[in-house]
Amino acid sequence: MTKDSTAALEAAAGERILVLDGAMGTMIQQLGFEEADFRGARFAGWDRDLKGNNDLLNLTQPDAVADIHGTFLDAGADILETNSFNATRVALADYGMEEFAREINEAAARIARAAVDGRRDGRPGWVAGAIGPTNRTASISPDVEDPAARNVDFDTLRAAYREAAEGLIDGGADLLAVETVFDTLNAKAALYAVEEAFEARGTRLPVLVSGTVVDLSGRTLSGQTPEAFWYSVRHAAPFAVGLNCALGAEQMRGFLADMARVADTLISAYPNAGLPNAFGGYDETPETTARHLGAWARDGLVNLVGGCCGTTPAHIAAVAEAVAGVTPRKPPRMERRMRLAGLEPFVAAA
Amino acid sequence: MSERDARASARFVNIGERTNVTGSAVFRRLIEAGDYEAALDVARRQVENGAQVIDVNMDEGMLDSERAMTVFLNMIAGEPDIARVPIMIDSSKWSVIEAGLKCVQGKAIVNSISLKEGEGPFLDQARRIRRYGAATVVMAFDEEGQAETAARKFAICERSYRLLVDEAGFPPEDIVFDPNIFAVATGIEEHDDYAVAFIEATRRIKANLPYAKVSGGLSNVSFAFRGNDTVREAMHAAFLYHAIPAGLDMAIVNAGRLPVYEDIPGQLREAVEDVLLNRRTDATERLVELAESYRGRSKEATADLSWRSLPVDERLSYALTQGIAEWIEEDVEEARLALGRPLAVIEGPLMAGMNHVGDLFAEGKMFLPQVVKSARVMKRAVAWLTPFLEAEKEDADSSSAGKVLLATVKGDVHDIGKNIVGVVLQCNNYEIVDLGVMTPSARILETARREGVDIIGLSGLITPSLDEMCFVAAEMAREGFELPLLIGGATTSKAHTAVRIAPNYDGPLVHVTDASRAVSVVGTLMSPDRRADYAGEIRADYDRLRESHGKSGGRRPRATLEEARANGMEIDWSAYAPPVPTAPGVRVFDGWDLAELARYIDWQPFFAAWELAGRFPDILDDAEVGEAARSLHADALAMLDRLISEDWTRPRGVAGFWPANRDGADDIALFADEGRSERVATLRTLRQQMQRGRRARSNLALADFVAPPGTPDYIGIFAVTAGGGIEDRARAFETGRDDYSAIMAKALGDRLAEAFAECLHERVRRDLWGYAPDECLSNEELIAEAYRGIRPAPGYPACPDHTEKRTLFRLLDAERNAGMALTESCAMTPAASVSGLYFSHPEAGYFGVGRIDRDQVEDYARRKGMALAEAERWLAPNLAYEPS
Repeated sequence: MTKDSTAALEAAAGERILVLDGAMGTMIQQLGFEEADFRGARFAGWDRDLKGNNDLLNLTQPDAVADIHGTFLDAGADILETNSFNATRVALADYGMEEFAREINEAAARIARAAVDGRRDGRPGWVAGAIGPTNRTASISPDVEDPAARNVDFDTLRAAYREAAEGLIDGGADLLAVETVFDTLNAKAALYAVEEAFEARGTRLPVLVSGTVVDLSGRTLSGQTPEAFWYSVRHAAPFAVGLNCALGAEQMRGFLADMARVADTLISAYPNAGLPNAFGGYDETPETTARHLGAWARDGLVNLVGGCCGTTPAHIAAVAEAVAGVTPRKPPRMERRMRLAGLEPFVAAA
Repeated sequence: MSERDARASARFVNIGERTNVTGSAVFRRLIEAGDYEAALDVARRQVENGAQVIDVNMDEGMLDSERAMTVFLNMIAGEPDIARVPIMIDSSKWSVIEAGLKCVQGKAIVNSISLKEGEGPFLDQARRIRRYGAATVVMAFDEEGQAETAARKFAICERSYRLLVDEAGFPPEDIVFDPNIFAVATGIEEHDDYAVAFIEATRRIKANLPYAKVSGGLSNVSFAFRGNDTVREAMHAAFLYHAIPAGLDMAIVNAGRLPVYEDIPGQLREAVEDVLLNRRTDATERLVELAESYRGRSKEATADLSWRSLPVDERLSYALTQGIAEWIEEDVEEARLALGRPLAVIEGPLMAGMNHVGDLFAEGKMFLPQVVKSARVMKRAVAWLTPFLEAEKEDADSSSAGKVLLATVKGDVHDIGKNIVGVVLQCNNYEIVDLGVMTPSARILETARREGVDIIGLSGLITPSLDEMCFVAAEMAREGFELPLLIGGATTSKAHTAVRIAPNYDGPLVHVTDASRAVSVVGTLMSPDRRADYAGEIRADYDRLRESHGKSGGRRPRATLEEARANGMEIDWSAYAPPVPTAPGVRVFDGWDLAELARYIDWQPFFAAWELAGRFPDILDDAEVGEAARSLHADALAMLDRLISEDWTRPRGVAGFWPANRDGADDIALFADEGRSERVATLRTLRQQMQRGRRARSNLALADFVAPPGTPDYIGIFAVTAGGGIEDRARAFETGRDDYSAIMAKALGDRLAEAFAECLHERVRRDLWGYAPDECLSNEELIAEAYRGIRPAPGYPACPDHTEKRTLFRLLDAERNAGMALTESCAMTPAASVSGLYFSHPEAGYFGVGRIDRDQVEDYARRKGMALAEAERWLAPNLAYEPS
């Protein structure tokens, strides 16, 4: 089954621009769930507040999560991302729920799997197991007095990511998405763990790696340029690499183009619906988002497009329409050269 | 170096070696003491000195190496100026390597793994390195031990390569072989061929193992000469010189401590190469013997102090000719006591000494930098005597050969040349009244009258200053001056002086080309016997020049503007997509790293400023001026070190990119938006009007390099300055009577500003505009402009109109963003500044507009909204006709 889905995904990506879904968080917010809804019956007596623990809804409100997946499929999404952005042992520690990390990931994958398999329009679809950055950074000190200090290390992240990845694989994910990477060292721990999980399961799924350029400086939070970021994750031979979150399409384009110029793999992009307004909300209309992404598609910049914060099924429908029938980007053939990276790329002479 | 070698070394990767506890005692002590902050400075200096990768090694028995590696790499992660380069994680222990791999977000190089423990561990480590996302160094080491012969080195590397590529799926381009650089000249015969074996193995690896790289730890080769840095560095430079063409891609080196191969003294070079290349059986003995003479020899040879036992007048003469100020006060005091009167010291031994300097200079046996150093000594001597002179109511001026007023004219801020002339004249016993820069005409005239000067000298660098000089000359005539008037400065010329200034002034008028000439010209003009004849000769010469200029102009006829436009450069824009800047908008660079700028310095103009002619670095070995050039260069490098370490100045700059299209034939429209609906400025360019034969070259204008409307193109603009700190420091030196250092500081300031422009341009090509992201050129190649795109500056041949700077400064808001301003003549302040335009088209090149005719000047004045007379004034040096 996995082999077939990978082959089908690769074939589809060769023919057209694939559409990712939009913002799970934004859609959950619109449901207006209260503390009790998050807790459900199972965690009614939990000893701390759980409101905001969106990943827990896979266990306590699975139908609501399934409904959101359904609306994105109806809007024309080809690939659903599982509702598991924070479902690592490291991030769930905020709620004291480390021990449920594996279960949540598996449930998240099963819900998305069922949604795709029961798709109303009968078109093919794929489930991307979402692996978020966690709320800690392995490259940045939390203590201004001690620049060598870290509140998480590679091995802790690697163990947490491995657990998440195995949950997602077991729940039926077709690919894994290491996304919203603001610290490449976290991502490298995730990619290491994903390899370990594949080895343990005797399988191999396509992997999408998506970095986050935090502002117009054009760098990740940990300071890398898009090109340096690509050279730092290229060893994992990702199915696709790209950018998501933090920026709207308008601001993201140049940085994505930097990456597309050197990435000899597929390019994905799922920007926010513009930059946040004064209240932290997103105002960009579906038409505007679609206009930008449509132009990227026509300019041969992308293979997979979708939306991050603030993007609704209406955005995804508009994006799907804008990229329909447009020839997908052809990855460049890169010369074989030693390509290293610090914060900046270093390419040795041939 | 042949062209091939030069290219090879430009591709060579320097790996910084100083952050290694086994190789650097300084670094080891810092790590052992837990002083990681200071250890970071070691890393930072490596990067500043040009290391493209830094090697970090914590293998020391007394250290917790895993922890030290982790802490130090975590510290580096917080320092963007270090973390920008990749890390080489260096350890002989796998656990330390793995600890390092868990700390780097970028793609690192592991140094190293090998077959030492067999294939199993080797492949396991390789697979894990791959999973961590790093490249790796592989040592030529197997179960039998380290390879010493070329054949075994290659055999082990080949076996390793096959295992890595075929079994572990390791990308061949991520493999770096280290075929072991071992010490030579150890006295053990078996070691004699080690360097040759390395070079030969390198050759075979590069020929047979596709994409693999070769590296080595350079300092090993010279291990036998510990404590003798001169010999060690010579061995390193010579080793690289031979290994790089064989295929050595990178080496662990002390970036910043590699001499240039050509700079190694010939005898030492030969002895070193005999050893490295194993060319003779007694090579080691000969080098060991020769090395003795270099042992402990620091940059400055131990001073020979025998002259201190000479009689006092000879000591003074020696101090003046050698420029040694150390004992001048005590010697002058001794002379004063001996001679009884302070004036007798000045008129006696000091004057004699300076006359000797003047003679040597005139004979070409001393050079300008040495003369300026002599002047520094003289000034200190006079300063010591001044209180005694005042006490005895004597006037040092009474002994003066004459009084010369010097000034840089209004609107101009450049004064290096003028200051040099002043110093040289002082050496020849003239009194100098220096009015500095931006001097209005009225002040020059008023001071000349009040001080009763004998000669006036005007200086200026930029073309509008020529006009101001005409004005000063006319004012002198109006006020009835008859003093000799000297004209000097980079844009002045004999022709301009004859044609434009001479008609304004009837007194003696002389164009002076350089400081050396100034002494004889002033001497002649001060001589009552020779003055009239000399002034008459010059006048007649200028009259002839003016006449011939008036007749033919000595110029060929011009093409009409229409013809010239029709013969503009035609770029095929349909087949070309102009690159889009990756970083649009305006960017401010505040406090650019001085150490980085220092690496981009083009030294040749520096020597030219000191009137030492020759190509750099050949000039340092020049039979005639080599000694003076070396000494000047050493002083410059020493000041540069201080300038950097003491932060004398803060370089600031600003650059921006705008959507742009050609506008009409010769203009460039700049827009605020990609849609090109809101125009923010129009750049006006001038077109060559020389007559071109059929199918000959084009009549160029800068506008030709920008796409016409319909093809989205872009223009970049920049303004950079070395900062005002240079001028502050120069003033402080002047106050301390140290003209040599003052001129040196300004000359370095100019070089740093130019280096800033070069460095920023490289950043623009690679990053901000980003059309040449993989460009990797040596400083020599940068200086030779071996790159795509140009950065012409207003006031220079491709765009001679200085007023275009006003547009540039407005767009960049250079005043606020970089603390730069324009004078009324469009000179930039601070004086050490550069501004210009960026063009990206591959066919864009530098050219000179040359002489232009009235039709173009009329058209240009109309486009600029300027009166014709004003345009003619700004473009005066380029006019092909006599303005009415």
